[in-house]
Amino acid sequence: MTQVFYVAWRYLAYHRWKTITLVGAITLIVYLPIGLRVLVDQSSRQLTARADATPLLIGAKGSPLELVLNTLYFGSDHPAPTRYAEAMRVTESGLSATIPMYVRFRARGHPIVGTTLDYFDFRGLEVADGRNLAMLGECVLGSRAAESLGAGPGDYVVSSSESVFDIAGVYPLKMRVVGVLEFADSADDDAIFVDVKTAWVIQGLVHGHQDLNRPEAAAGVLGREGNRVIANASVVQYNEITEENLESFHFHGDLSNYPLTAVLVVPPDQRASALLQGRYQSDEDLAQIVTPVAVMEDLLGTILTVERFVVAGAVIVGLATLATAALVFLLSLRLRRRERLTLFKIGGSRLAVASVMASEVVVVLASGALLAAGLTLLTSQFGSLAIRALLRT
Amino acid sequence: MSTNHGSTKVATEPVVSIEALEFRYREGDFRLGILELAIERDATVAFIGPSGSGKTTLLNLIAGIALPQSGRVVTEGVEVTSLSDSERRDFRIARVGLVFQEFELLEYLSVLDNILLPYRINASLRLDREVRGRARELAERVDIADKLDRYPGKLSQGERQRAAVCRAVLTEPSLLLADEPTGNLDPVNKWRVLDILFDYAERTDTTLVAVTHDQEILDRFQRVVDFSQFHEYGDVRPAEHGELVGAGQ
Repeated sequence: MTQVFYVAWRYLAYHRWKTITLVGAITLIVYLPIGLRVLVDQSSRQLTARADATPLLIGAKGSPLELVLNTLYFGSDHPAPTRYAEAMRVTESGLSATIPMYVRFRARGHPIVGTTLDYFDFRGLEVADGRNLAMLGECVLGSRAAESLGAGPGDYVVSSSESVFDIAGVYPLKMRVVGVLEFADSADDDAIFVDVKTAWVIQGLVHGHQDLNRPEAAAGVLGREGNRVIANASVVQYNEITEENLESFHFHGDLSNYPLTAVLVVPPDQRASALLQGRYQSDEDLAQIVTPVAVMEDLLGTILTVERFVVAGAVIVGLATLATAALVFLLSLRLRRRERLTLFKIGGSRLAVASVMASEVVVVLASGALLAAGLTLLTSQFGSLAIRALLRT
Repeated sequence: MSTNHGSTKVATEPVVSIEALEFRYREGDFRLGILELAIERDATVAFIGPSGSGKTTLLNLIAGIALPQSGRVVTEGVEVTSLSDSERRDFRIARVGLVFQEFELLEYLSVLDNILLPYRINASLRLDREVRGRARELAERVDIADKLDRYPGKLSQGERQRAAVCRAVLTEPSLLLADEPTGNLDPVNKWRVLDILFDYAERTDTTLVAVTHDQEILDRFQRVVDFSQFHEYGDVRPAEHGELVGAGQ
């Protein structure tokens, strides 16, 4: 039997492109529906798990899905901003604790998550190396972000400009890394966490600059009106917050109007949750309250419908491909009639001759199935990463 | 008609003996009828005759590849016509070597693997170091030892036929059946392949039966059997046909 397999193997190796095409087709036929199933199962679990752990979200009226994806998975499409006043409104109501979230900026592709220390407690995130946030301008890295950026405590991360063409827009801020979080197997691993005020610094809402009362800044001062000083662009703006210049950083305007992408609401019980949701039912309200799990279930429903269509399509294409592969084998058998006759004449039994041809089919099918199994294994191992990357974009 | 050419070997018992053979293909009106034919051991015999006269068919009948509707074919003392499929195959592996006009080498196997092919597709044959050594020796003898790793498509016609001869004789058959072995070869390679076949037959006391259309090579054979008359013999009396058997020997 080994010798028969050898002859079959030589045939497949000699016609390698035909073999590769057939194996590739079989692999896809087997892998597509199974791999898709695994991917959908994983995404269902992941999406539901993180949404399950997030009771309520408040954000500006608009797409609930965008709000949830941005807050839970730090997706790059950020929702319209809501005001910090929404967090204050809930906190003052006494119905629930709130965690402000401002997920708008990025540093080398990683989301900068502006929040408070409560977020770390809420998600159960532990610092593996260094310490947690203590000062404006500091950041803590998720484990994968630290690995990808090659940064650890003592290093610096610079926020990315939103647009190189917007010279009046967001300037890069050099942030000192003070800690790296333990691996959490979630979107938090890819994030750069800063205090929400640091996120506002990145946006320029909180800023620090040269002391305009000092002589070296005199050239930049255009005029003074009481407490108000008008300066030109020559005044040095700080793009890094240090202990020396920390005092110079200040807010302009009313804090309650400062932007957030979402307010994470953690009501203590169902009653508080129901009451809070009731308060955001007005059409005139500029904010909305959403239950992440309900939003994700809607999304999953859509995904499952799409999956059913894709699987049905894959099955039809698979059957057509199988039929084509069978036709290729049958035509090949006809073309190889003389070869079979020769094998028979020089002493090969009909069984042996058939075994050579059958072995070729078996090797192609087995290789395709093995490759599909390997791909399915890879999908089950790394599918979650792909889903997360997909959710981030 | 049967005539004698070349040097004569000592005649012994027939290696092939055919009696009252009647063969028809399922389709078409081809018919081969041989009342009596004997081929002596160690003889070199050429089958000649027009296309479609049954030369190749007779080779297949002698080798046990095809079965007649009636009559007896006794090859090497074995009544081939009474054997089962598997017995005929075992018989063929053990006793018969086949050389074809179109070489019939498998394009996807190296020359060495082609020579070893009978051992690869027969569970009853054991492919071991000794067989591999013998294959290399045969290849050296026919000057293709340096081409054993190549595919047949990279060889000249003559080299392909020499490889096919090596495959045919690797099992050390006592009867070598060659179907137009020089039909596709240029003159130089024609004589070279013939030399190889005759040298092997001489050296190993093997009976060589070859189908050919080439009048130039007939002198090399001890005996020539002309098939142009066999069609008629199918319908005539055995005695009349019998007169031809062994004629010229």
